[in-house]
Amino acid sequence: MSNNMLEINGLKKYFPINKGFFKKKVGDVKAVDDISFTLERGTTLAIVGESGSGKTTLAKTIMRFYDPTEGTINFDDRDITNIDQKELKLLRQQMQMVHQDPSTSLNPRKKIRDILEAPLLIHKVGNKQQREARIRELINLVELPEEFLNRNPHSLSGGQKQRIGIARALALNPKLVVLDEPTSALDVSVQAKIITLLRDLQKKLNLTYIFITHDLSLVRNFADQVAVMYLGSVVEYSDVETLYNHPLNPYTQSLLSSIPVVNENESKMLPNKIPLEGEIPSPTKMPEGCKFHTRCPYATEKCKQRPELEITKYGSRVSCHFAEDISEGKVKAGIR
Amino acid sequence: MSAETVTNEVAKGSNSRFDYKRAWYKLKKSKLSLVGLFIVVGVIFMAIFAPWIVPYPADATGATIAFDKMNQPPSLEHFFGTDEIGRDIFSRVVYGARISLMLGILVLAIAIGIGVPLGLIAGIWGGKIGALIMRITDIFLAIPSLVLALAVAAILEPTLINIMIAISFGWWPWFTRLVYGEVLSLKDEQFVLASEGLGASKWRIAFIEVLPNCTSTIIVKATLDMGFVILTGASLGFLGLGAQPPTPEWGTMIAEGRVYLPEMWWQATFPGFAILVTVLGFNLLGDGLRDVFDVRLDGE
Repeated sequence: MSNNMLEINGLKKYFPINKGFFKKKVGDVKAVDDISFTLERGTTLAIVGESGSGKTTLAKTIMRFYDPTEGTINFDDRDITNIDQKELKLLRQQMQMVHQDPSTSLNPRKKIRDILEAPLLIHKVGNKQQREARIRELINLVELPEEFLNRNPHSLSGGQKQRIGIARALALNPKLVVLDEPTSALDVSVQAKIITLLRDLQKKLNLTYIFITHDLSLVRNFADQVAVMYLGSVVEYSDVETLYNHPLNPYTQSLLSSIPVVNENESKMLPNKIPLEGEIPSPTKMPEGCKFHTRCPYATEKCKQRPELEITKYGSRVSCHFAEDISEGKVKAGIR
Repeated sequence: MSAETVTNEVAKGSNSRFDYKRAWYKLKKSKLSLVGLFIVVGVIFMAIFAPWIVPYPADATGATIAFDKMNQPPSLEHFFGTDEIGRDIFSRVVYGARISLMLGILVLAIAIGIGVPLGLIAGIWGGKIGALIMRITDIFLAIPSLVLALAVAAILEPTLINIMIAISFGWWPWFTRLVYGEVLSLKDEQFVLASEGLGASKWRIAFIEVLPNCTSTIIVKATLDMGFVILTGASLGFLGLGAQPPTPEWGTMIAEGRVYLPEMWWQATFPGFAILVTVLGFNLLGDGLRDVFDVRLDGE
C-alpha cells in the first residue's frame, strides 16, 4: 500500500462543441487541461479558482461522473481510469462527494431517514435493524438530534441540511471525500461550524479530502496542499503555508489580495492589492500562450509562450515566466 | 450538540409527509377552489349513493316504459321532467354521475399507467430510447384525441369498456410529455447527481428519486383532465359511439333529447347541465390543487 490515496497524471477532460445541422465537431471546451497531482492518505488538497476555472469538472472527472479524455487516475493503488459500470458501483463506496447546495442535494420529497438509508439500500448493507442503527450512528456523527430523522429536508436550516449531506457521504465509510464548495451556500457563522465538523471527522475517520472552493480564506486552516486552477490548468501547486507566504503566480496573488480584510493587521498579511480586471476568458477560446496573460498586470511578449509548472526555491510549483523575478521583487505591475 | 442545532430545534417542521392542515388552509384561500371541491364531492356523493337518492331507480338503469308519464315538464314529482318513454330524468342524471366518474377514473388510470413510466424512461435514459419514445408520443399527440377515440370506437364495439380504451389511447401521450418535461428539469438537480454518486441505478433514480417529485404535477394534471375526459366520453356518447341506451350516460341522453328541442327542453338541458357543472368542478379544483401542491413556493 503506497502512501498516496490518489495519483492524477496528465488528466484531461474536453467537451466537444458541435455546431450546425450535421452536428459537426468544431472544437473543444477544455474544462480540465493536463492536470497532475498526488494526494497523500489522510490529507486535504484544496482546489481553488474562480467560477468557470474547471474545479468542479476536475472533481467530477476524478469521481468518474465523466470519462476522462486523456490521462490516468490512480485511486488507492488501482487504475480507475477505464473501469466499467459494475466496478464503478463498488468504487462509489470508497469515494463520495458532498455537494455544493444542500437545499437541492437532498431530495425534497424524502425524509431524512430515507435519504440516509439510500446509500445502504443501494449497496445492500445489512438488514433493517442494522441499517437503522447505522442511520442513528450517522446522525450522531454529524451532531444532529435523532428526531430529525422523521423530518423533511425543507424543515431544516442550511447548515443542518449540509450536515445531512455529509452524513450521507460518510454512510458507506469512504476513503476519499470530495467536498464541492460545501460551505458556499451557507452564511459565515455556519461555515465555520461545518469546517470544524469536517476537520474533526477527518481525524476521527482518517479521511482524505479534496476541498473545492473559490474562497481562499477558508483554505489556510483546513487544507494541507493547495492547487490553484485557472482555465482548466493548475497554475500554482504547493503546501498551504508556502502558498500564503510566498505566492508567486500573479493569479494566485490577485486571488489572495481579494480576500476581504477587517483590520490593518490582517491586511499586512496579504500581498498588495492586485485587482483582477475583466472576466475569465471562455474555455472555448483559450488565450494563446500563458492562459492568464490577457488579464495579468505583468504580461509581456514572453507570455505568448506557454509556461510550464516549475519548482521554485520555496518548493512550490508555479507556471509563470516571471515567478523568480516576482519573488525577488524585480518585476513591477503595469509593464504592459 | 452545537449552538446551531439547539437554536434550530425551535424551528418547527412538519413531521408528516403531507401537511393536511396547511393544504386545507391554502385551498380555503381561494373561493373558486372551494366551489370546485364542493361540486366534486357532490358528484362523488351522487355516484356512490345514487340508489338511495333517486326516486325512481328502475327508470335510471332500465328501459321501463310508462306512456302515461311521457314527456312531462319538471314538476315536484319529477324534478327534471320525464323523457319520451316516461322515465324520470332526475334519476337518470344522478345515475349518470356513476358512468362519467368511472369513465374518467379508469381512463386516467390507464393513461397514467402507460404515460408516466414512458416519460420517466425517456427522460432518465435519454439517448436513442428517449428519442424513440418521444417521437411515438409526438405522433399520437398530432392526432386530436377525439378523432383518435372516434376511430378506435368505430372499429371496436361501442361498449363502455371499449370507449375507455379508445379515450385512453389518445390520452397517455399527454402524461408522457408532462413527465418528460418534469424529468428534464429535475435531472439537473443535485439530488439526482448525488444519487448517481452513491451508485444508484437508473431505475432507482427514475422511480424512487424523481417520480415522487412529479406526483403533484401528475395529480393536478389528472384532476384538470378529469373534466375533459368526461367531456370526451359525453361527446362520443352524443355521437352514438359511446355508451348505448338504456345506459344513463349524459352524452347519450343529450342525443336522445336533442330531437325534442326546443319544446321539451328539459330532456337535453339537464344532462347537459350535469356535464357543465361536473367539468367546471374538476377544473376549479384542479386549479386550486396546483397552488396547494406547490411545495417549492413555501419550501423555506
